Amino acid sequence: MTLFWVAALALSILLYVLLDGFDLGVGMLFGLTRDEALRSRMLASISPVWDGNQTWLVVAGTVLFGAFPSVYALLLSAFYLPVMAMLAVLIFRGVAFEFRHKAGRSRPLWEIGFAAGSLVAAFIQGTMVGALAHGLPMQNGAYSGGPFGWCSGFALLCGAGLCVGYTLLGAGWLVVKAEGEVKRRAERLVPWLACGVLIFLALAFGQALAEDLKIMRRWLERPYLFAFPAVGLAAALRLFGARRRHDATPLFMTAVIFAAAFATLALSFWPYMVPFDVTIEQAAAPRESLSFMFWGAGLFVLPLVLIYNLIAYRVFGGKLSNDIHYH
Amino acid sequence: MTALFLSRLQFAFTVSFHIIFPSFTIGLAMWLVVLEALSMFTGRPVYRRLFDFWLKIFGVTFGLGVVSGIVMAFEFGTNWSRLSAATGPVQGPLLTYESFTAFALEASFFGVLVFGRKRVRPPAYLASTLMVALGTTFSAFWIMVNNSWMQAPVGVKEVAGLYVPIDWAAIIFSPVVWVRFPHMLLASYLTGAFCVAATGAWYRLRGRHAAEGAAMLRMGLYLAAILMPVQLLFGHLTGDFVHDRQPAKFAAIEGRWHDEQPAAEVVLALPDEADETNHFSLEVPVLGSLVATMRWDSKEVGLTDFPQEDRPPMLIPFFSFRIMVGCGLLMLLLAWSGSWLAWQDRLERYRKLLWGIFLSFPLPFVAILTGWFVAEVGRQPWTVYGLLRTAEAVTPGLTVPQTLASLALFGTIYVAIFCFGVLFIYRLLRGGPAAAEIAPHAGPNRPLALAGSIPANWRTDK
Repeated sequence: MTLFWVAALALSILLYVLLDGFDLGVGMLFGLTRDEALRSRMLASISPVWDGNQTWLVVAGTVLFGAFPSVYALLLSAFYLPVMAMLAVLIFRGVAFEFRHKAGRSRPLWEIGFAAGSLVAAFIQGTMVGALAHGLPMQNGAYSGGPFGWCSGFALLCGAGLCVGYTLLGAGWLVVKAEGEVKRRAERLVPWLACGVLIFLALAFGQALAEDLKIMRRWLERPYLFAFPAVGLAAALRLFGARRRHDATPLFMTAVIFAAAFATLALSFWPYMVPFDVTIEQAAAPRESLSFMFWGAGLFVLPLVLIYNLIAYRVFGGKLSNDIHYH
Repeated sequence: MTALFLSRLQFAFTVSFHIIFPSFTIGLAMWLVVLEALSMFTGRPVYRRLFDFWLKIFGVTFGLGVVSGIVMAFEFGTNWSRLSAATGPVQGPLLTYESFTAFALEASFFGVLVFGRKRVRPPAYLASTLMVALGTTFSAFWIMVNNSWMQAPVGVKEVAGLYVPIDWAAIIFSPVVWVRFPHMLLASYLTGAFCVAATGAWYRLRGRHAAEGAAMLRMGLYLAAILMPVQLLFGHLTGDFVHDRQPAKFAAIEGRWHDEQPAAEVVLALPDEADETNHFSLEVPVLGSLVATMRWDSKEVGLTDFPQEDRPPMLIPFFSFRIMVGCGLLMLLLAWSGSWLAWQDRLERYRKLLWGIFLSFPLPFVAILTGWFVAEVGRQPWTVYGLLRTAEAVTPGLTVPQTLASLALFGTIYVAIFCFGVLFIYRLLRGGPAAAEIAPHAGPNRPLALAGSIPANWRTDK
């Protein structure tokens, strides 16, 4: 039962990162151009799906609360300021997305809000993951770091790295969905962004070694962990290929890099949920709670939501047609 | 100013902001079901126009409800980590069910409502409308199960500081749930009914959209006239549960400081918490006992019976309760007099009453908010009644600047969203049913985009 909910949680987090990752990436790319035609094509590419992508964050949040309440309590209170800022920014970004085209003079405000909101949300998410890998200040199983205890050079580095990573996902998405100028620009950016991601990963790796992070010792104990970065690297190298057979290659390869990074982190945390302080077994809610959730939410609703998402992506699949403009 | 106080203020602010939207959409969803069914069985085009019109307003409020609800899902952990760690095994699964059913039913079938008019057959379309309505109802149900458990915890045992559920049936089928859930549901239906009737009255006063306005006015008023007495009954039953299970809250609501037998009913007063007495008190003898137990001579406890540290504050529950009941009685008066005149086809001639109905739309919202103030403030000093005190539920180590920052952030953003949201709804309502058209780009996951379908000529409504 615990294992089922660990898997459900991992799946919803990974789906959130991949799906909202490209949304946020497109948001950041949106900030890089001032050309109205390009901007509206970019928004059109994510407009049917972005809100659905974000619901995976809520799914992950409530599964964490239901199945692992102590970790939910620990992490959310430890990350108080970043979580609050992220929620505020995500709300503002969503509203900016909808209000942009309705606004008159206030339009630049919503546009800046959309781009900056994407950037800040990505940065905060990366910082939180980095802080978790770095290790939170803990005493007797409780967080003891104060408002900024999560902040470290390593965490901030991860934040910046995730911004580049999400932008790469966003560029990959635009290559799949767009045509013409938007697609060409995105294609040109892919190798540079891939380069940036690799540099950030190398920096993070070096920093982790320099600080002698506990998590690095896991790699010595579990040599199979090297398999995932190898897969990720192989995928990254494909991104530099001058000729690509298929438009989906950049997005797919970036997704592989993210999945590999996710697996690396998850397996180096295992069996801990909050590294080296709280294990999955310690965090899990009592059996009565887990099975109550399993027989309804887990067995029926979760698959339903997945199928529904798949259908939505099929309905909105394919290239954006040129004559349909967003609004 | 403490982090505890600021956390309470923040939760009160975010949850009050949130409840405005669902309480409207739950009722509106049912109203859509009725309209669609009427349109299908009578074939009259006015019902279809009304449906399309109210679907757009549903879309905007639904979107605002979803957005403001996300924050709630995380606030339990950020500000109330002791609560979520201790009661997470109970509250977590309930809230998981809430968000899962909401997503599965509301979001997906809402997509059918927006896209499916031409793609599915009328019975399937009606069924989808019903599914959306059931989704909002189930959402409300899980929230009420969760809150009722916090008001009157059952079905758990304590194991090393954790509340472990041992009897889910007792938690879900607790009698408290089945009094409070209908009370909330009826409140939502009444909110829908009054907003619809008020819009109809508005159109009649301006002499526009005659057919739609008349239909809205009648349907809203008739429904309210039937539901309002039922709501008063469920309000009374809710009071019975408070009387039996939360005597301190009951004493605070009643403004009763000392034991009385038979007890008087304080109609209005200015409670003085320092001197533990009421000023300017207007009382009806014996009525207090009658309200509490349906007996002439029952002994009713006063707030001073409870040790200081177990008492809720009196001012907020006392006044909130009176505002709630006042709104309810005013709504009853409007609904009955309006229905009577509408029944006799004379309502159009009573413009003052039409004005009253038009201006009555804030009443259900005020009643819902004040009702929740009674429930939540009256439960203090407990978060989970009798088990966990609010002061022990808050995140340890939370600082004042931290909570102040988040409160300011949400305050600013919510005010901005609220202003824009209200502006959109106002424009939609002003535009009227004739102008209603569903935007093709609004999707199941983008209810807010429905607001984008305001026709360019909404200012020139015919």
